[in-house]
Amino acid sequence: MYEAAIGKRSERVRNVIDRNKVKQFARAIGDENPIYVDEATGASSRYGSNLAPPTYPRVFNYGQIEGLTLPPKGLIHGEQIYHYERPLLVGDEVYCYARVADYKEREGKNGRMGIMRIENNGEDAEGKPIFSSTVVIIINEAAIKGMNQ
Amino acid sequence: MNTIEQLKVGEGIAPVQLPPVTPDVLVQYAEASGDHNPIHLDEDEAKRLGLPGIIAHGMWTMGNLTKLFTPYYEEGFLQDYQIRFRGMVFLGDIVTLQAKLESKDDQLLTFQVSASNQSGADVLKGKAIFRLAQ
Repeated sequence: MYEAAIGKRSERVRNVIDRNKVKQFARAIGDENPIYVDEATGASSRYGSNLAPPTYPRVFNYGQIEGLTLPPKGLIHGEQIYHYERPLLVGDEVYCYARVADYKEREGKNGRMGIMRIENNGEDAEGKPIFSSTVVIIINEAAIKGMNQ
Repeated sequence: MNTIEQLKVGEGIAPVQLPPVTPDVLVQYAEASGDHNPIHLDEDEAKRLGLPGIIAHGMWTMGNLTKLFTPYYEEGFLQDYQIRFRGMVFLGDIVTLQAKLESKDDQLLTFQVSASNQSGADVLKGKAIFRLAQ
């Protein structure tokens, strides 16, 4: 169903890591470590700044992959993978884009299912990678059929 | 606190047990992350979609787990973090976060990580690679 989407990507979107947003996120995951929330701790750390938590990229805008519309229901988040070249810092400008890395369908025990891998990447202004993240989404049979109607 | 570098293969970071999951915690995560999917916020909608009730965001649990590594930020950072979501977390569930050192290779410490519920079932499982600073 989604085979045609493989390889499609969005345009880069500029995101800036906001201090208050990082605090809010750290609180929401129950990790108000001073390295995330205290400016003096960040300044005297080896990074010279506060960090954002490793799962913070959920917050970024990755732009819209043209022609890709996922069903609103019947999706399962199966897997999530992050790779960092360096930690994210408060104040960083991160240019983010998404890309459909792969799509396959197979018969599961509850019928046919689709498995989509979407890469959500972040790089600096010069295009040097900062992180890559991959989300594996499982699309159930009803949702695949719904898209065909 | 010991350093992370001192850990021996087979040893773990001290596990962390989270307080029981409440609706407020999930509202807070929805607002912080921008994920407002009703299955995490609305009991009726979750049931309409065939779930027994509200479930926690998988990314909430995955986010919580990284706090095992946060205290060691002066030694390095989490370079890789990969998780498979294996089970649902419901309201009232008590989640325990664990990390065990699986291998050590130069600058890279590879941990097996998991989050389990009060029945001992894994709700997520995976790997975290901590890169020691040079």
